[in-house]
Amino acid sequence: MDLSAINPLVLIASLMVAATPILLAAIGELVVEKAGVLNLGVEGMMITGAICGFAIAVETGSPALGFIASMIGAALLSLIFGFLTQVLMSNQVATGLALTLFGLGLSALLGQGYVGIKPPATHDINFGFLTEIPVIGPILFTHDIIVYASLALIAATWAVLKFTRVGLILRAVGENHDAAHALGYKVVRIRILAIMFGGACAGLGGAYLSLVRVPQWTEGMTAGAGWIALALVVFASWKPLRVLVGAYLFGGITVLQLNLQAAGVAIPVEYLSMSPYLITILVLVIMSSDRSRAALNAPASLGRVFHASS
Amino acid sequence: MKRRMLLGAAAALGLAAATGAYAADPTKVGFIYVGPVGDGGWTYEHNQGRLAVEEAFGDAVETVYQENVPEGADAERAMTQMALSGVDLIFTTSFGYMDPTIAVAEKFPNVKFEHATGYKRADNVSTYSARFYEGRAVQGTIAGHMTKSNKIGYIASFPIPEVIRGINSAYIHAKKVNPDVEMSVIWAYTWFDPAKEADAATALIEQGADVILQHTDSTAPQAAAEKAGGVITFGQASDMGEFAPLPRVSSIIDDWAPYYIARTKAVMDGTWESTDTWDGIGAGMVGIGEISDAVPAEVKAEALAMKDALADGSYHAFTGPLNKQDGSAWLAEGEVADDGTLAGMNFYVEGITGDIPQ
Repeated sequence: MDLSAINPLVLIASLMVAATPILLAAIGELVVEKAGVLNLGVEGMMITGAICGFAIAVETGSPALGFIASMIGAALLSLIFGFLTQVLMSNQVATGLALTLFGLGLSALLGQGYVGIKPPATHDINFGFLTEIPVIGPILFTHDIIVYASLALIAATWAVLKFTRVGLILRAVGENHDAAHALGYKVVRIRILAIMFGGACAGLGGAYLSLVRVPQWTEGMTAGAGWIALALVVFASWKPLRVLVGAYLFGGITVLQLNLQAAGVAIPVEYLSMSPYLITILVLVIMSSDRSRAALNAPASLGRVFHASS
Repeated sequence: MKRRMLLGAAAALGLAAATGAYAADPTKVGFIYVGPVGDGGWTYEHNQGRLAVEEAFGDAVETVYQENVPEGADAERAMTQMALSGVDLIFTTSFGYMDPTIAVAEKFPNVKFEHATGYKRADNVSTYSARFYEGRAVQGTIAGHMTKSNKIGYIASFPIPEVIRGINSAYIHAKKVNPDVEMSVIWAYTWFDPAKEADAATALIEQGADVILQHTDSTAPQAAAEKAGGVITFGQASDMGEFAPLPRVSSIIDDWAPYYIARTKAVMDGTWESTDTWDGIGAGMVGIGEISDAVPAEVKAEALAMKDALADGSYHAFTGPLNKQDGSAWLAEGEVADDGTLAGMNFYVEGITGDIPQ
């Protein structure tokens, strides 16, 4: 056992990279659920974003265009879900599951010609002398733009939901769509916009996987990250900052357990492998253990079909 | 008129069915894959074997495959479905399909099964595998010479004999050329999860490893090593030549095509029998991908010499003196390991730290 081989600074820096895909997908899903819609298609949207972003980045040579394309691609896919559940009023759970299956198949089809290709590199932002600051430098100033964008997105989502009129309307639609409708808000339109936002975020998370974290295209490469993002939203009791904590915790323990294995720590591998799931759930459950308040956090209209005539 | 046409059609169908028994009824061959055919590694090569079968026999065969079949109960369902659809020969291409294959084979005595990398056989179940550990010996030799940090990282999948053999073989040969070498093993508990494989490679690299060996199926560790820079890797199961000359300096290539063609032929001729095949470099089932120019010429020559010695049988990858991890004697001077021990290998050799998960 040689724990000194693990450099905590490098570890924290790489956990931020490892956590970013699920963080992005989770914050998107949080907004969708806050609007009262349960979209189980996160995995499908992520992987569609992964291939859309990868393909465009390879074709144009620009990772930036790739990231934009991933958001557009996944948002378009989520629009199918929006149309089916909001306009045709289909069952959200079944439609979301179908979206995941569809996204996995579609991405495999789109990705036929992109196996084994290297994407253009996404460069870390150059902060100059800031990188040299001990401790903080390597942790905070050695990342690419998407890591910072994901953090900004968490802060923005938190602020918008808590302090703005838009956030209030979104929450109203999620809490009681009939009341929101009676007040004259366009429930269906607001929800579809929220679904597209969720799709764009999931797509960006997927593209981060295929363009930065792995970086390459392989079929089925999200390998369940979308489901983890979904679970994270619930365990974080629909709070943006807790999503951040949960995602970094999950990413952190995933990276840590691999590092502990590499360092030869004498803990059975099985326990290390399950630890990210166990600890993340445990911590988030304890954080939301105040039952009376936790119950208030779930959007009251979550997953319920809205019909304007009622 | 209409009725007559129907009768005619029925007669034609009946005739077709009757002649089908005598004339060229295509032999149907099925494949069960653990990953997607586009993984660039393990499943990709099995699929190349399938395509070779189609090419070799043309219209006389019909192949079907199912990809991304999880190991476990779902595999049994996929095999049953395939057997019910009239397939004559089914290749199940992952270790975890062992028990499902045996179970389904019992229900379909007329269908032939071929299970890759397992050890359970029946009258209609053959097993086949490649001596990947021979390729690992060549890799270990190159790795031992090439590492500057004396740290080799190994991304392992599941603690099964096949994977443990590879770790031991690579370690023994790296140690032989570089006594200071250390090996860190990460058990990923997956055959295919690009993000996890990339994370594992990154963790090993961050801890100082400058050679990464993988026993997982995707090219993600190659991409991670390329991003980190100054690290060398080896293609696994497939050449992964798109990462040459660096980080990928060589590879183990599985070549299943000759075996698949021979077994399909045996089914056509009616000479198929349950057998156990375990071929290595000599028979061509394990290929060594081109050693890139990033490797110094003398190291390359040494690696190729070992490859030739393994191929003609003058050298065995597990030749004594070798001790087990706990220090107890395993092979005496000059003694070589028997296939039985190798097939069930569940111990590390002396010098490797850490425990095999049980």
